Amino acid sequence: MKILGWLTVLMCGALLIFNVSEFPDMGDANSPANSKQNLSEYFLKKAYHDTKVPNVVTAVLADYRGYDTMYETAVIFSAGLACFFLLRIFRKKGPKSRFYRHTPTGVTLRIDEGGKLPEESDVFKRIDSIWIPHDNIVRITCRLVVPFIQIFALYVIAHGHYSPGGGFQGGVLLGASIILIAVSNNLRAGIQRMSEKGAALMGSAGVLIYAGTAALCLLLGSQFLNYNALAKLLHIKPVVARYNGILIVEIGVALAVMAVMVWIYYNLSSAGKHDEGL
Amino acid sequence: MDMALILAKANYWGYVILLLIGLYALISKNNLVKKIIGMVIFQTAVILFYITIAVKKGGNIPITPHGKGYVVEAANFMNPLPHVLMLTAIVVGVATLGVALALAIKVYKQYGTLEEDEINAMIREQ
Amino acid sequence: MEREWIDVITLAIVIVCAIGAINVKDLLGASILLGAYSFLMCILWAVMGAVDVAFTEATVGAGVSTVFCVAAVFHTTRRTKD
Repeated sequence: MKILGWLTVLMCGALLIFNVSEFPDMGDANSPANSKQNLSEYFLKKAYHDTKVPNVVTAVLADYRGYDTMYETAVIFSAGLACFFLLRIFRKKGPKSRFYRHTPTGVTLRIDEGGKLPEESDVFKRIDSIWIPHDNIVRITCRLVVPFIQIFALYVIAHGHYSPGGGFQGGVLLGASIILIAVSNNLRAGIQRMSEKGAALMGSAGVLIYAGTAALCLLLGSQFLNYNALAKLLHIKPVVARYNGILIVEIGVALAVMAVMVWIYYNLSSAGKHDEGL
Repeated sequence: MDMALILAKANYWGYVILLLIGLYALISKNNLVKKIIGMVIFQTAVILFYITIAVKKGGNIPITPHGKGYVVEAANFMNPLPHVLMLTAIVVGVATLGVALALAIKVYKQYGTLEEDEINAMIREQ
Repeated sequence: MEREWIDVITLAIVIVCAIGAINVKDLLGASILLGAYSFLMCILWAVMGAVDVAFTEATVGAGVSTVFCVAAVFHTTRRTKD
């Protein structure tokens, strides 16, 4: 297999290196992709006029190439579903013995199968059997950081029209804040904040918001994903309707991406048991 | 070859090398997680290629200033279209990475190893 | 001219990280090197003016995908033959 690998790599490498000299120089404004009279020049010149969005990338992403982004969101949601179907185990039986920590004294209790399990409270905390974090500094620092991450994520989503950012980045940041809780405490603390059911519902709600906005335009007598049609509903100018349409769609993307990231993390980190994990 | 000529296309050389590293890992590494890492490197190399295409010398980031009577000169801004295509590709990439790792965990549960030759031997024994 | 040098140096470190991620004999180390690779790639793209792409890579590639890799390694094994 090693020889076959080297052979393929050498052949592909020879072909590619042979052709590198044919590529345009870096930063060449007259290369085929950057030359005049193509689509990107139209986007740069007309995006602000058409949608009132200065960030051309956001305008193209959510408006001109709306179909692409819609199915992209659907792909991400189906990846979450795929992880769920591959890994999830619904057996009620947990690990053979559970570990609890008595907080005031710091004593760790091990309760074997069949024993009476204490109520989860501030005094008795359940801990993972493989990895036992007893690090208050990490836990409390992460808890302090999480609200700022979430505020920044909301800013990224809402301000994506003017600065780098948008639904994908904001959604991933929101998801990362919940993953941070799950990493710094334990998996159950994350699931308490956002249950698996909640993640699944939010993921499908995000895709539904996107597709629903598009279908609403169709119902209002325009093309699919043509946000101009929303002007009649919101009583605003068509250009502003496109601006707001992009915002609604970005919120849908953010919801879907956040939910799917958290969902995949739950399944991967506990190998489908949602009981003990990283 | 001239040094200046190599530097003028430095990113393309980097893209070729990264692509080949990814391809090599995908074909000849024995471990499944190493293969997945190779897949990620392959994918990032392709994205690097697209971003390199979009660069214009002296260009600005593709956020256009706006005001009354401001005319956008397209040569002053980076090409936004490859950026859009690659932005979605990255997020889909992490989704596929999640599915691939889920498959790896599933394989490990079934066979107790991540090495491809050991898995093949076990399949043949059955 | 300065800009090109930043480009080239970052690219060189990226390639070193990629080779390291492929060759290191420990899957946890490989995952962390992949995170470093992603973050350096994000710097490279920010230098090249693709700010949106760089932002996405910083959150997705260097953040979430590293966590996914570590989680998967945690549930399988760190051992690898190559």
